[in-house]
Amino acid sequence: MNEKKFDYFIQGEKNKWEIIIGLEIHAQILSKSKLFSTSSTKFGAEPNTQVSLVDSALPGMLPVINQFCIEQSVKTGLGLKAKINLHSVFDRKNYFYPDLPQGYQISQYKHPIVGEGEVVLDMPYGIKKVKIERLHLEQDAGKSIHDLDPNNTYVDLNRSGIALMEIVSKPDLRSPDEVSAYVKKLRSIMKYLGTCDGNMQEGSLRADVNVSVRKVGDKEFGTRCEIKNVNSIKFMQMAIQYEAKRQVELLEDNKSIDQETRLFDTKKNETRSMRSKEDAHDYRYFPDPDLLPLKLEISLIEKIKKNLPELPDQKKDRFMKDYSLSSYEANVLVSEKEISDYFEEVVKTSDKKLAINWIIGDLFASLNEKNISISNSPVTAKKMAQLINSISSGLISGRIAKEVFEIIKETGEEPIRVIENKGLQQKSDPKELETIIDKVLKSNKDKVKQFKLGKDKLFGFFVGQVMKFSGGKANPQLVNDILKKKLK
Amino acid sequence: MHDLAKKTLCSLVEGIKKKKFTSEEITNSFIDNSQKARKLNTYITTNFDNALEKAKNFDKKGNFEGLLSGIPIAVKDLFCTKDIKTTAGSKMLNNFIPTYESTVTSNLWKEGAFLLGKLNCDEFAMGSSNETSFFDNVINPYGDKLTPGGSSGGSASALAANLTPVTIGTDTGGSIRQPASFTGTVGLKPTYGRCSRYGIVAFASSLDQAGPMTQNVEDCALLLEAMSSYDSKDSTSVNIKVDNYKKNLTEKVKGLKIGIPNEYRVEDMPDEIDHLWKKGIEFLKDAGAIIKDITLPHTKYALPSYYIVAPAEASSNLARYDGVKYGHRSKGDSLVEMYENTRSEGFGDEVKRRILIGTYVLSSGYYDAYYIKAQKVRQLIKNDFDKVFKNVDAVLTPSTPSAAFKVGDKKDDPISMYLNDVFTVPVNLAGLPAISVPAGYDKNRLPLGLQLIGKAFDEQTILNLSLAIEKRAGFKREINEWWKQ
Repeated sequence: MNEKKFDYFIQGEKNKWEIIIGLEIHAQILSKSKLFSTSSTKFGAEPNTQVSLVDSALPGMLPVINQFCIEQSVKTGLGLKAKINLHSVFDRKNYFYPDLPQGYQISQYKHPIVGEGEVVLDMPYGIKKVKIERLHLEQDAGKSIHDLDPNNTYVDLNRSGIALMEIVSKPDLRSPDEVSAYVKKLRSIMKYLGTCDGNMQEGSLRADVNVSVRKVGDKEFGTRCEIKNVNSIKFMQMAIQYEAKRQVELLEDNKSIDQETRLFDTKKNETRSMRSKEDAHDYRYFPDPDLLPLKLEISLIEKIKKNLPELPDQKKDRFMKDYSLSSYEANVLVSEKEISDYFEEVVKTSDKKLAINWIIGDLFASLNEKNISISNSPVTAKKMAQLINSISSGLISGRIAKEVFEIIKETGEEPIRVIENKGLQQKSDPKELETIIDKVLKSNKDKVKQFKLGKDKLFGFFVGQVMKFSGGKANPQLVNDILKKKLK
Repeated sequence: MHDLAKKTLCSLVEGIKKKKFTSEEITNSFIDNSQKARKLNTYITTNFDNALEKAKNFDKKGNFEGLLSGIPIAVKDLFCTKDIKTTAGSKMLNNFIPTYESTVTSNLWKEGAFLLGKLNCDEFAMGSSNETSFFDNVINPYGDKLTPGGSSGGSASALAANLTPVTIGTDTGGSIRQPASFTGTVGLKPTYGRCSRYGIVAFASSLDQAGPMTQNVEDCALLLEAMSSYDSKDSTSVNIKVDNYKKNLTEKVKGLKIGIPNEYRVEDMPDEIDHLWKKGIEFLKDAGAIIKDITLPHTKYALPSYYIVAPAEASSNLARYDGVKYGHRSKGDSLVEMYENTRSEGFGDEVKRRILIGTYVLSSGYYDAYYIKAQKVRQLIKNDFDKVFKNVDAVLTPSTPSAAFKVGDKKDDPISMYLNDVFTVPVNLAGLPAISVPAGYDKNRLPLGLQLIGKAFDEQTILNLSLAIEKRAGFKREINEWWKQ
């Protein structure tokens, strides 16, 4: 196969530039309670209703680690083929902010729970491996609400203390597309593992994006800027495009880049300086004396490893082998766990080739159109299988099936019901078909004559006429057979 | 009535069980004493009405099974008490009423005791004289111009003046043992992890430990037993069974090996301290213990390390007092101004000094030179003790380098104030248990204490040794109740 080549570069006025991108993803751990308290983590509750004494940092309150969150991060680490550190340490990151009740965030600084790993991306130009530098555990802060009152800021501590995994990549990404593929893959892995729901709208997945540029061919990295807290893949891509262009323009103007933290303004589509390196916080990290170093037993890691579910890469290999899918088809099907589950459910009872075409084609189109996820599809896997089986068994034709799909994608009805109620079953009774065929032949005597004289193409015309009179329900195979006999 | 307040905890508990007197009588006696002792300034908050009600209820249908059945107890105002104002001696928490109870105080209430009031202390337990309290300094019953030490100074004074039968304090660098020594009372800092820190206003988390302060060693054993527990709400709490300290208490210490560390002979130490130490050695020899010279070579680095580690942790622990959620808040035109005004006005000078030191030693560029270095020294100090405890069962030292000093004497000289902790801080750095037991007087008839340091979780041995000293020292508190109004 003639593979495409990577070609994402920025052509400046003087030089061709390459973008270097590294991501720090903040992924909320899927857990009923917070990292160091028993408060609920449920999204969308009334402000300050999910706040314990510990979360609001009352005097004398102490953090107690949530064992489940530890297991979730080990699981994620294993899913990233990463090294699990048997010894890790919780540190305090000190800074003042009203939505940070303790005056420090409990995080992991020098000794994270997970070390180096990797994520494999399937790009149009081939396999791209992105190295993970580390994964560490930390608490989320609360939320400051500035727009409820002109003079006051309100604070909601429901998020305060929720467990996050910060997953830091090496600066291995080179284009907005790679960033998109990386975030999607990471999200997919975590959803497969059940360690993060990946819901970017609810803030379960956010990223800090580090961007720098260098001339193509250069070995040294340029000075980077960090774009804070971007909460959608589209915004990440837009922010990177803007930021890279800004940097290239500065450099081609012989100006230098200031290492700084920037914000992405989604309305103006630009990044803005938030604080320079000089103004950077001194977080005064030190080990949290309220928590002992975290020691993991090898047996725990082995247990989690043993119970690890099949991950996207493994599933893709299996799908290609078991269902003889192309790499493209397999990729699409495993991209989300729900899709692969749907597919496997459908092919349990129905034809796989038809299943792939229907899922990737009509189903995806309808989901896109309605902007819903496959798990919310009115056409459940069971109904899809029923529809496909109706085709395979000859009950309806492919064309009628499309008609049925158009109905059930709105109503969620059983395909069989729709077929029966609307009388869409194929006509497969030879006698009935013979009557129609006889009628067609009778009213087209001249064409029959021409056919018999050798105008073979007219066969299609007769089939078409029969289908027309049958309301499209005639079994095409039978029509063919009977017509052939009659026209001999 | 009056004599009841002078009884020991153990005799009160027994008297109540034998119905010699009622909880109400006892409680009235302590309330009466307390009300007449305003000059000592020991209380920040009293809980007298509530206590009397509890006493009356106890007398009606009390459960006599608890270790502390029917006993009123005033505690240091660093323990959070449900629905009762808890200030930590600070303006910052002057209006703070917890909705929760510390584990240590709940343990006392579970054993049948109830709260008499909240006792004065240095602000956030930072101080060695009780002069840093927002609620003014506490006076030592031994003299109207004397400090009781600190930070548990209110507790020590109240105990020595018989305003409470026993009390509890907290000890981060000597805050139980030094005031005990200054007031002729017994004070024990348990092994780190023996008592839960849950609900105690934090000063320096890796050093803080609650402990009993009592009139004698037997009371100390009983109170330690009542307050100790493993607590899943404190990750540094250790799950080791609590001994029956009182039942196991014995002065039979024959054959125990006692280490005498050469390094505790500090420069300018008054002769009387040295003399007391020698007396202590004689007492223990007399009881059959074997005295051994030992060396704890890194002792001299303990104080400087302590004054890096403790402020570092404090600077972070006290960040939560920002005016946003509870406690004192000052006005400001911006967020930063509100923070600045709140913390400038809410904290006193000593607390600010330690926050500044702590912030400095954790700053990038200084972290390695100070914080990391101090942690390394801390490990060396621990190693010193580990080594020594292979050969001895306990270590005997003086509790403090002097007797109680005068109010104002050291107030403007933090270094000299800090030096008062020179014998007590190594123990906190190593996480070991230690007790101060009164053993004699200085030339002005002010009490002096001896310190016994034990192996981790071996509080029993130092209690037993203290009992042996107590029996032989024949120490009696000699106070005329000059403060009575």
